[in-house]
Amino acid sequence: MPFLSDQALERLRNLEIAPDLSGTRYSLGEFIARGGMGAVYLAEDRKLSRRVAIKVLDAADPGGQRADRLEQEARILAELEHPGIVPVHELGRLADGRVFYAMKFVEGARLDQFLARLPSLSERLRLVLRICDAVAFAHSRGILHRDLKPANIMVGAFGEVLVMDWGLGKVLPRPSRQSRAGDVAPGGDSEDGLVVGTPGFMSPEQTAGSSSALDERSDIFSLGRLLEFAVKFPVGGRSAGLPLSRPLRAICDRATTPDRALRYPAVRALSEDISRYLDGAPVSAHRENWGERFLRFYRRYQPAILLIAAYLLMRTLFVIYSRR
Amino acid sequence: MPSENAPIAGGNFPLTRWSMVAAVRSDDPAERARALDRLCDAYWKPVYKYIRLKYSKAPDEAQDLTQGFFAEVLERDLLSRFDPAKSRLRTYMRLCADSFVLNEIKHAGRQKRGGDAVHLALDYSAAENELDKQTIDPATIASPEKFEEFFEKEWIRSLFSSAVEDLRQLCNTREKEAAFALFESYDLAGNNVSYSQLAEARGISVSDVTNQLAWARREFRRFAQDRLRAVCSTEEEFSREAKALFGGKL
Repeated sequence: MPFLSDQALERLRNLEIAPDLSGTRYSLGEFIARGGMGAVYLAEDRKLSRRVAIKVLDAADPGGQRADRLEQEARILAELEHPGIVPVHELGRLADGRVFYAMKFVEGARLDQFLARLPSLSERLRLVLRICDAVAFAHSRGILHRDLKPANIMVGAFGEVLVMDWGLGKVLPRPSRQSRAGDVAPGGDSEDGLVVGTPGFMSPEQTAGSSSALDERSDIFSLGRLLEFAVKFPVGGRSAGLPLSRPLRAICDRATTPDRALRYPAVRALSEDISRYLDGAPVSAHRENWGERFLRFYRRYQPAILLIAAYLLMRTLFVIYSRR
Repeated sequence: MPSENAPIAGGNFPLTRWSMVAAVRSDDPAERARALDRLCDAYWKPVYKYIRLKYSKAPDEAQDLTQGFFAEVLERDLLSRFDPAKSRLRTYMRLCADSFVLNEIKHAGRQKRGGDAVHLALDYSAAENELDKQTIDPATIASPEKFEEFFEKEWIRSLFSSAVEDLRQLCNTREKEAAFALFESYDLAGNNVSYSQLAEARGISVSDVTNQLAWARREFRRFAQDRLRAVCSTEEEFSREAKALFGGKL
């Protein structure tokens, strides 16, 4: 009888839920990742000869709640046509009754893996801005992500940033807009008392389980934590990441303050502050003293200031020597 | 799905589902022996390794205790007291093993078993080899809870190993050795290779790799479930055990 290592046991436990895709247009490929409701596999779309990712429920789910949730996730993805959100191709059921959906297969690295080889602060901040863009778009469609964390951000081979795993997505009611055919129905785990999210990245109101009280500012809290994570994550081989300057610290603090009323009111406001920081302009979250203002001014216009200083120095020297 | 009485590949006997616990108490000696065989098949290695590590017993002593434990299960009809509503069978077996070993330690001078006692032909050297490969330091298993986890993991290892062996024999019978080789290389050894690398190395297409692996995995799953069913006494217990075995996901 073969001896199975601990690693083999874990793989076999994962295998147990490998779906049978016969009856679909897909051929099963490698296991990619596991989420709260199911697993994601690489698959080949035989009709179009392309690789896709298939997310499939772990069980047939006779109660139907998890199936409803996965269907909701697929519909959310279909609603959110944005370069920063992975597109969905098909929603269906396997022969054994399990719900699945097929989406674009993203080749790239998880956020933390990508940050490990990204030493530049400005590039890290631009990456966070692209995450903010995708989340702001979702908010404009009345959808909260509720589980923004490094494991749910992928960076593609050409630097494209994709926000993944909308399984905990919540559709907010939109009284101001008439519903259209095909709109995703408001919902998600709206039961109060149910904690959804990931510790360390979810807002205090999520931790408290007050699901009905969640709004865009809950995602803003997670974005603040992601911003801090992106700056502080160490570059490969080093023990520490980049330091958080006072303005950046203030941006993170405002995004993650426990009192929602004091957070940024919208993702756009958070993005604008990060952009202002990148441009060397003052940020709304931080009141500068004279020294900081001078330093920022100096950093922003450093080449011009150095050029003028060099010119003045040369003029001064010229005057001094010409008088001798 | 296989029929309920389908023979298990590898020469095992057909057992009606849910009947193993009852069969161990059957009046028919042949049926009783087969059921005990199945019970031992699933539990002897976890019990042996558990006794070796938890009670720091030398191999020969642990072998005696393992033999003695399974003899006691049969002689004292311990399974008649098992209530699936109260606990899982493997928890019950572990607690029985604890109780048996502690009792044996207490009566250390008691005469060794012999005569009519049940004697099982168990490959202890294989279990010892596995312990060597695992390189477990008993000192790192500090709490009773950790020993429970250890027993649980060994039980899963035992069940999956049997299912892999069933799969190997099925592949031999159906001349699907290539599918087993893929399963062994990709899923058991965990060689960090892609399907396309596997296909290239074997001179077959990627879809062949996908299909053969999918078939082998389905068959492995069927064998694992069959073996699990065979050591469960009710549908509910099977469902519970399966959820625990597959990490709450089935």
